Amino acid sequence: MSAKANGLGRWYVIAAPYLWLLIFFLIPFFIVFKLSLSDVATAIPPYTPTFSWSEGIGKFISQLDFENYTFIFGDPLYVNAYLSSLKIALISTFLTLLVAYPMAYGMARAPKSWQPTLMMLVILPFWTSFLIRIYAWIAILKPEGFLSIFLIKLGIISEPLQIMNTTTAVYIGIVYSYLPFMILPLYASLEKINPSLLEAAQDLGSRPWRAFWQVTFPLSLPGVFAGCLLVFIPAVGEFVIPDLLGGSDTLMIGKTLWNEFFNNRDWPLASAVAVLLLLVLIIPIVIFQRQQEKVREAGR
Amino acid sequence: MNRRFSWFNATSITLGFAFLYIPILLLVIFSFNESKLVTVWAGWSTKWYGSLLENQALKDAAWVTIRVGLMSATVATVLGTLAAVTLVRMGRFPGRTLFSGMIFAPLVMPDVITGLSLLLVFVALGFDRGFWTISLAHITFTMCYAAVVVQARLQDFDKSIEEAAMDLGATPVSTFFQVTLPIIAPSVISAWLLSFTLSLDDLVIASFTTGPGATTLPMKIYSQVRLGVTPEINAISTILIGIVTVGVLSAAFITKRQSDRMERERRKAFGAAG
Repeated sequence: MSAKANGLGRWYVIAAPYLWLLIFFLIPFFIVFKLSLSDVATAIPPYTPTFSWSEGIGKFISQLDFENYTFIFGDPLYVNAYLSSLKIALISTFLTLLVAYPMAYGMARAPKSWQPTLMMLVILPFWTSFLIRIYAWIAILKPEGFLSIFLIKLGIISEPLQIMNTTTAVYIGIVYSYLPFMILPLYASLEKINPSLLEAAQDLGSRPWRAFWQVTFPLSLPGVFAGCLLVFIPAVGEFVIPDLLGGSDTLMIGKTLWNEFFNNRDWPLASAVAVLLLLVLIIPIVIFQRQQEKVREAGR
Repeated sequence: MNRRFSWFNATSITLGFAFLYIPILLLVIFSFNESKLVTVWAGWSTKWYGSLLENQALKDAAWVTIRVGLMSATVATVLGTLAAVTLVRMGRFPGRTLFSGMIFAPLVMPDVITGLSLLLVFVALGFDRGFWTISLAHITFTMCYAAVVVQARLQDFDKSIEEAAMDLGATPVSTFFQVTLPIIAPSVISAWLLSFTLSLDDLVIASFTTGPGATTLPMKIYSQVRLGVTPEINAISTILIGIVTVGVLSAAFITKRQSDRMERERRKAFGAAG
């Protein structure tokens, strides 16, 4: 179906995914926002007011207020959870970049016949359950786990490591789980670099390290940027990793939202937490979307 | 171009893959451990796999997960393919920016937000929560991944083939089914497999959107993991890893075979013309 395919058929093709996403992706955000202005109630559903046509929209709106937001801003626990999520996400994005860059670089410089296999090996863990991969780290990091046993046998440490249930474990978990998201865009941009550019730099007397910083790295920046966004945005709202690997002092907003919803059954407060989290993430998300559009346009 | 591994590149690749794979390997190996202790080796045994078969709750959860996965992957692939066609072939239309935003945002949206907002829309619509609401939720987020996979392939291929078909009198619909779809088929299959595994994996969105009676495998695994590491979880994880590995490798094989064939045909066509 090309641009020639005008008329009704064209609109059917557009309408199906468009309507689906409007109903199940966009409109839900308005409902979350509305609910964040409501109060918690012991009822089904557990919030008030619920909208009814008989009472009219005026009465409904008059019952909404910003109470949940003033509560969140008044309680340092929530503010700290937001700040600490941002900090943890930033640090782990940087660590992921440090681990991923040499790998992606090595892959892009590997013999051509090896590259599909190496790609496959990066993609495979990405398809393997997130939960299972985090679970695998519990057995490694716990005090009587593989890492402690291994290091004690080598004589490097004498006491078991206390990594499990700390923020360090959360960093390890995020780097591990999101590594493929960083490697793939990095590899894509590194692989496109013409090797003759580097040869030219070296012919002109540039040392390899200098050639890397002045030629390779700047050309790989689109990949660095895409990879960092792909890791940072979901990491800010991460729930499973801080819940399973983090300790009680690891504050992350995804965990706070989950607890408000499932443990305290406070749907309105959970909604307010979600709205604020979305406000924090909206700018990075828009940048991400712009960049994806640009890649798409360039691919034409 | 004949390139060889340099010392530095070989080291960084080896260390990187060791980091990616050692945790998974340890998990798989210790699923065959005789001992109940997950970190102490006591000989080979498959008894934990046997005990899985007797766990009815786990089997029920697996069945729910597979049904949700099949259902949502199929619908998501259809919607995702339509969305990819819209993005790549429809040019400009009103609301296009919003549309591409709604395709790309769910890829990075934290699960807790997606889960909560979907739950609230289901409550507002008065849906009974359970199998169907989990499926609807999974269709919504996996269709965006499907769209991205298919659009990458759609972009690559030469639009003039479609235009030629239409110049020869094919309708847009028959052009799609007879020309476009066969060419993008491998990416559609990959999109289905990706949607299926994403649905199989999801814990957070399913936890929000489920109701009484519908527990998925990740939810079951999660509630057991919170109680500690057990060999049974290693065994069920190993089975899931096995399924995913076979699926990914066969998808790669299908794609490779098709691209080899197209390459051969292209050479033949050029040979005939020359």
